Amino acid sequence: MESKPQLLKLLDGITLVLFVVATAMVFFYAPTEAVMGQVQRVFYFHVAAGWVGMLSFLTAALAGIAYLRSGRRSWDIVGLSAVEVGIAFIFINIVTGSIWARPIWNTWWTWDPRLTTATIMELIYAAYLLLRQGIDDPDRRARFGAVYAIVGFVSVPLTFFSARLFRTIHPVVIGTNQPGAEGQFDMTPKMVQTFVFSLITFTFIFADILWRRVRLGRLAERVEQLKLEVVQ
Amino acid sequence: MSSVIFLFQEVLPNTTPYMIAGYAVIFGVMLIYLISLSVRWRSLEKDLEVLEEVQESQAP
Repeated sequence: MESKPQLLKLLDGITLVLFVVATAMVFFYAPTEAVMGQVQRVFYFHVAAGWVGMLSFLTAALAGIAYLRSGRRSWDIVGLSAVEVGIAFIFINIVTGSIWARPIWNTWWTWDPRLTTATIMELIYAAYLLLRQGIDDPDRRARFGAVYAIVGFVSVPLTFFSARLFRTIHPVVIGTNQPGAEGQFDMTPKMVQTFVFSLITFTFIFADILWRRVRLGRLAERVEQLKLEVVQ
Repeated sequence: MSSVIFLFQEVLPNTTPYMIAGYAVIFGVMLIYLISLSVRWRSLEKDLEVLEEVQESQAP
């Protein structure tokens, strides 16, 4: 039985403390926004979840490049793990965005460029998981995964810049809003502090969860190898 | 200006339930994902134990 590394235990502890503090800041430190009211507090973790999702997909693309260069299967495990983590966090991002939109835009969903590109990005990576399952040969599966993660990464900058490049009602946090953006607000210093702290916290969450998922992937690979050895 | 904001707030619906729903999704999905990692880890460890026993029994 593999014991948990000390560094991972430390990371678990730091991440938990940061998460508790970030949650407290969201609910008790950040002021209530004057126009949107309490629902604006969703913004802090909504953006942070989107950040983790995009960071995950970037990690998957980099792991794909590393796999194609080195041929080491450990990079395939990192890529797969990162995609899985990214899908979970982009799901949070999309659903919380929809919940925020209901009172602010008066609709749960609209085919706005930002919402549409985020959904396409999520579906691209969901397809990655489904298509991988259809390939039996591990080397072919890893090669496919690597190329797919690199090509699929095109959807990430497209999603990020969609609210800046296209006519959209989605507000922009950093940069200039489109004239038709609805739900934008000026952040007070306390809001900025809470926002930055949430981003840092979620970066730690990303590192912690990715590490756990990579360990799971390594264990799964060990089990698969042992199965083959037993059968032979 | 403050009276204008005050008047505007008066007509705004209470958005607290949406905030609660949002955070329920955030905490819920993260918790479910962590539980799924833990369950899969335990299941693989059990598989590994069984396979190691089988391998030992097969050894000459």
